[in-house]
Formats: sequence, C-alpha cells, structure tokens
Amino acid sequence: MSSREDILARVRAHKPALERPLPQVPFFDPPQGTDLLAAFRTAFVQMGGTLPDCGPDDPLDVARAMVAGMPVSCSRVPEIRGNRVLTDDTPPASLADIDIGVVRASFGVAETGSVCLTEVDLQVNTLGYLPQHLIVLLDPARIVSNLHRAYQRPEWRSMHYAVLQSGPSATADIEGVLVHGAQGVRSLRLFFIPAPNG
Amino acid sequence: MSGAQGGDLNRNPPRPDRLDHAEGASVPLRSHVREAQPRGAVINGNHPIDQAEAAERFIAAPEHERMHDARLWDLRQKRDRQMHGIAEWEDLRRLASEIKEHALTHLDHYLEQFEANARANGIHVHWAQDADEHNAIILSLLRDHSVKRLIKSKSMLTEECGFRDFMAESGIEVVETDLGERIQQLDDEAPSHVVVPAVHKLRSDVAAVFARTLGTDPDDDDVHYLTEQQREKTRPLILDAQAGLTGANFVVAETGTFVVCTNEGNADLSANTPSLQIASIGIEKVIPRLEDLPVFVRLLSRSALGSPITQYTSHFRGPRRGGELHVVLVDNGRSERLGMEQFWTSLKCIRCGACMNTCPVFRRSGGLSYGATYAGPIGLIIDPTFNRHRYSSLPFSSTLNGSCTNVCPVRINIHEQIAGWRKVLAETHELPLMKKVMMREAGHLLSHPALYRAAIATADSALKHLPRFMVYNRLNTWGHGREVPAPPRQTFHEWYAKNRPTGQGEPT
Repeated sequence: MSSREDILARVRAHKPALERPLPQVPFFDPPQGTDLLAAFRTAFVQMGGTLPDCGPDDPLDVARAMVAGMPVSCSRVPEIRGNRVLTDDTPPASLADIDIGVVRASFGVAETGSVCLTEVDLQVNTLGYLPQHLIVLLDPARIVSNLHRAYQRPEWRSMHYAVLQSGPSATADIEGVLVHGAQGVRSLRLFFIPAPNG
Repeated sequence: MSGAQGGDLNRNPPRPDRLDHAEGASVPLRSHVREAQPRGAVINGNHPIDQAEAAERFIAAPEHERMHDARLWDLRQKRDRQMHGIAEWEDLRRLASEIKEHALTHLDHYLEQFEANARANGIHVHWAQDADEHNAIILSLLRDHSVKRLIKSKSMLTEECGFRDFMAESGIEVVETDLGERIQQLDDEAPSHVVVPAVHKLRSDVAAVFARTLGTDPDDDDVHYLTEQQREKTRPLILDAQAGLTGANFVVAETGTFVVCTNEGNADLSANTPSLQIASIGIEKVIPRLEDLPVFVRLLSRSALGSPITQYTSHFRGPRRGGELHVVLVDNGRSERLGMEQFWTSLKCIRCGACMNTCPVFRRSGGLSYGATYAGPIGLIIDPTFNRHRYSSLPFSSTLNGSCTNVCPVRINIHEQIAGWRKVLAETHELPLMKKVMMREAGHLLSHPALYRAAIATADSALKHLPRFMVYNRLNTWGHGREVPAPPRQTFHEWYAKNRPTGQGEPT
C-alpha cells in the first residue's frame, strides 16, 4: 500500500465513532447602525497601520507626493504613477530595491483593520512584502464588518493567493519590544479613495 | 441565514498609546542584568527527561526567570483583554471545539476532499507517514530542482521531523526567516515556545549570538539594532534562495486552501519569492468549510498574543504563475493518537501557546526544560504519544490548576488529560523510581485508617522537631524550593475526639 492508503486506513480504523455534527456558524453581525469606517480606522491604527493626515488636501495628492519623494516606486493603481513597471513575468526577487509600492485592496475588514490583497491586486505577490513601504488605497464602501462576513467574499474561491494584511511587518521576538519591518514592509499607509469604476 | 448578534465594534477603542499588535509587550519590560543563559534539559539517549533538574537551573538564573515570567504573563493578560472585548467569545470557543471534533471524526473524508480540490487547483499533494518520509519527500523535490538553499518560516511540524539537521546532513542550506526562529537556529537551540521561540532569551543573549554568528557589535544589545541587523543579513539569503517552505495553521477542505498566519510576513516572503513552494502540514489541520475559518482566525492570535489578528493571514489555493506548489500531508503519529480514547481531542490543538503563557510551571522553568518539541501543558499530553519512556516524567510537571483548560481556544481538557497520562504511565510502569516507592507507601498508608492516623500524628510531631536537613533534602521533593507549612498543634482526629458531641461514635 502507498503511504496515502496506509494513513487513510489508519485514520478510518482509529477515528472515534462518535456523533459530532458540524455546527452552523453565525455571522455575529455588529448592531445595526455600527459605523464600519470608524471601526476600521480604529482597528487599523491599533494594528500599527498609518492613516496619513490629509487635512483639507485631496488624499490622492498626498499619496502622490509621498510616492514622488521616493527614489524607486511601483504603483499598481491607475491614479498614481510610479517609476518601476511590473509585468506578469517580473521575477519576484527583483522587487527588493523598491522603496514604496502602491496597491488597491479588494476590501477591508472593520473588526481587525485588515485589507485583502490578492494576486491580481499585487500582480507580483512580493509587491506586498519586498518594498520598504506600502501604500494601500481602500474604497470606504468596501468594508465588511467582521471576519465572518469577510470569508463570504468571492476572492477566496477564485484566487490562488490572497492575504489579509493588518498593519506592517512586525516582530517583538526579543524581550517583547515591538519593531516594525521585521522582514516585510516597514510601514503600511492607507488612504480611503473610492474605486474609479465604483 | 441570519446570524447571532455580535459585539459592538465601536465600543472600547484601544488607548492610542498602547498598540496591542503582534507579540509586543503592553507594559515596559527590559532586562538589566547580564547573566549566562540557562540551557535546556539534558538529553541522554532514551533516558527519561528530568524537567525538574532543568527547571532548577532556569530558576537559578533570576533575570531570565523574572523576564520570562513577566513577558508571558503579559501575553496572558493581553489575551484576557481581547476576550473581554468580544461578546461571542465563549460561542467561538464552543464552535471551534465542535468544528474540530467533527473534522477529526470525519478526518479521512476531509483529507480526501482537500486533496481533490488542491489537485484540481494545480497543487501537488504528497503523503508522509512519519518524519523520515517527510524529509525524504522534500529532499527529493529539492534535488529535482537543484536547490542549494531553502528559506522557511516557522513550523512546529518540521521541528518534530528534525528537518534542519536532516537537510544539513544532506548538504542543503536551510535559513529560518522568523526572527525568533532564526535566533534559535543561529544558537543551535530548539524553539522554547510554539509562538515566541526565543522568549527564554534576554537581549544580551541575542546580542552574543548575533555577534558570534552575524558579526554584529557584541556590546550593542539595543533591540531595534539587533532586529535590523537580522533583516539586513537575512534578506540577501531570501532573495536568491531556490525554494521556500512554510507550515500551515489551517487547511480548508472545501476550497483546497491552506492558511498561514505570521506577524513578520516571512511566510509570504518564503512562499512568494522562490519559484518552488512547499508546505508541510499535519493531517489534523483540516477544517471542513470556508465559513469555519473565521472562527479559528478570530481565536488564534487573540489567544496567542492578545492581538486581534496576526499582521499577515495568508491563503494559498494554487501555484503562482510560473511556479510550482507542493503540499506534504504528514501523519507522524497523529492517526494513532486519533484512536486514544482519552487523548484524541489533543488533536484539536491550534498551537496558540495560550496554555504555556498561563502555566505557572512553564513560566518559571522555560520551554527548553521539557526537552521535547512541544513544551508546557499541551506538550505534557502530546509528547508521551511520541515516546512514552523518554517523556514519562513530563506529565508530572504540572500543578493541575486547570488554567490551561480555561484558556484553551478549542476547549481541550488539558489538565484532565495530564492527570490521565499520569494514570496511564503508572499502569504501564513508566513512573520514576522515587514516585513509584512513594506511591506504593502512600497507597498502603491510605488504605489503612489506623496506620494513617498514627503516621500523621507522628509526621506532624516529627516536622516540629526534626532539624532542617532532615526535611529539606534530596529525597523529599516537597521540600525543594518551598517551605513546608508549619505543622498543626493537633491532628483533626485529636481535635474531634476532644470536641465531639457525646454519644456519637468514632468518625468514619
């Protein structure tokens, strides 16, 4: 017998003959009228994300100025121009010298301040990790209340890679001292900008 | 389908000065004294591990003990704060337990479902019965792809398999990318905790390891400096590695997805940078549906670190464009454990480490004192399934206070299983000699009331008059590290005989 058959045979022989029905999982929706944008902002900052203060300025202009101030930039959004162009065949490791990346999130999660980035949002997955800093655009209309609602989204069933990013790369493996930029991005900055095509 | 009402997301915003994310401490902690790092349990072939001996050496290093205790207790308190912020917390624990027990009692079905869906998405699925087969499968993949260096993220399963040592002997360079795990790799030491692998080390210990192995300044133990040095030194190794390996926290049968949770983003780098991607996954990780996943994601990081979610929750459902993705499903004793009537629910474990953070024995003795892949309360009930003799004394390293059971997000009755293992080990003659003699004598005494009363009166009287060296010596383990309480002036039976109402007989 192959190992596969051996393992499955042992599992069948040993699994407890107990009635253990699969429970229905509720959505645990927050109360009606919950301000999802406010909840998202709070959670995003708690996770170490940055919400740049745009004052009276157009958030896009603020984001564009940030990108323009960096030597190597790479943007996946039509609203902002970078100076590094990605193609489907760009080697993943070649993104290591990018100072700042710009992507648009598929959606956000208010409970945890997370943004969902997929292989389509990123084009080359390392764009979410190798640049020193990352800017994320999020349509405020695309914020779901909690993780139960988040996992109802279609991305999980179509994408080969999708990540919930909640703040920047972080570690506190030495004496509990929190440091951002352990291996991935040192900062995650977010701008609320409606998607161009709704 | 309408759902139960959840908690109010706009209530209890965190204080802006306290960023409770990742494994960051919520109170200022720092070591002030340089002190030699106590090392772990002595491994001597198949001899039983002497956890108490290693624990004594840990306690003899007060700065290490104090920091370890404070740091893990802070994680436990952060966990409590998260729990209180979620109205449905106990519902989530109940659901998580029910989903896992359903999945485990239908494990063959869900494994086959995962395999079929993963294959349909282009993932190569392999099956390994044990550590040797796991290592051989991966070595053969690496040789097929001419891999010289493999980067990996933290995986307790690969620790179980002795993966790094095996690859070193096979001429493959393995580079850990999690900071804590990298520290442990460079120090040639196993991880001491499932979530924070180097939590037993002080900053001065890390500075010494990095100075020796990475050439950093031995006198600079600033944590930001050390972390940055590791980033700078590891990054080039990541960029030109030919293969990347991760573990998995959860496997979704319905979609053929595996999920990896990290705070550093190192699993995503390991998985997304080289063209060959491999995941080592224990067969107990499978859950049925996508809608089950949020129950576990909501519980994992909150239980582990008191953070709402890990910084990165990454979902892999198929290979990258131009890449190859292999999954190795590993048994290594799990299918046997499934058949252990008292202990099969230990397979529900999601490796959050909450039971370690809350355990008074673990916090004061350090994870390496257990001399096993899994330390702390969960280790006490898993390790003997790997080697009943070598880990025969571990189930006695517990006060049975039940705190581990109370914090477990999947409601494993950990302390009851610890007690259960003591019974099993006694029945199969795996008790240490000293415990065996004591148990036999105690059993004799307890089954003869007259003898017991005489012994108690004598012992109390003896305790009053014996010189210290007779009470606090090597043979009386109850005198180690604690003061024996002052003996009462009279025994209960003496008191009762004097004060009992007249006309009633001897109490039974």
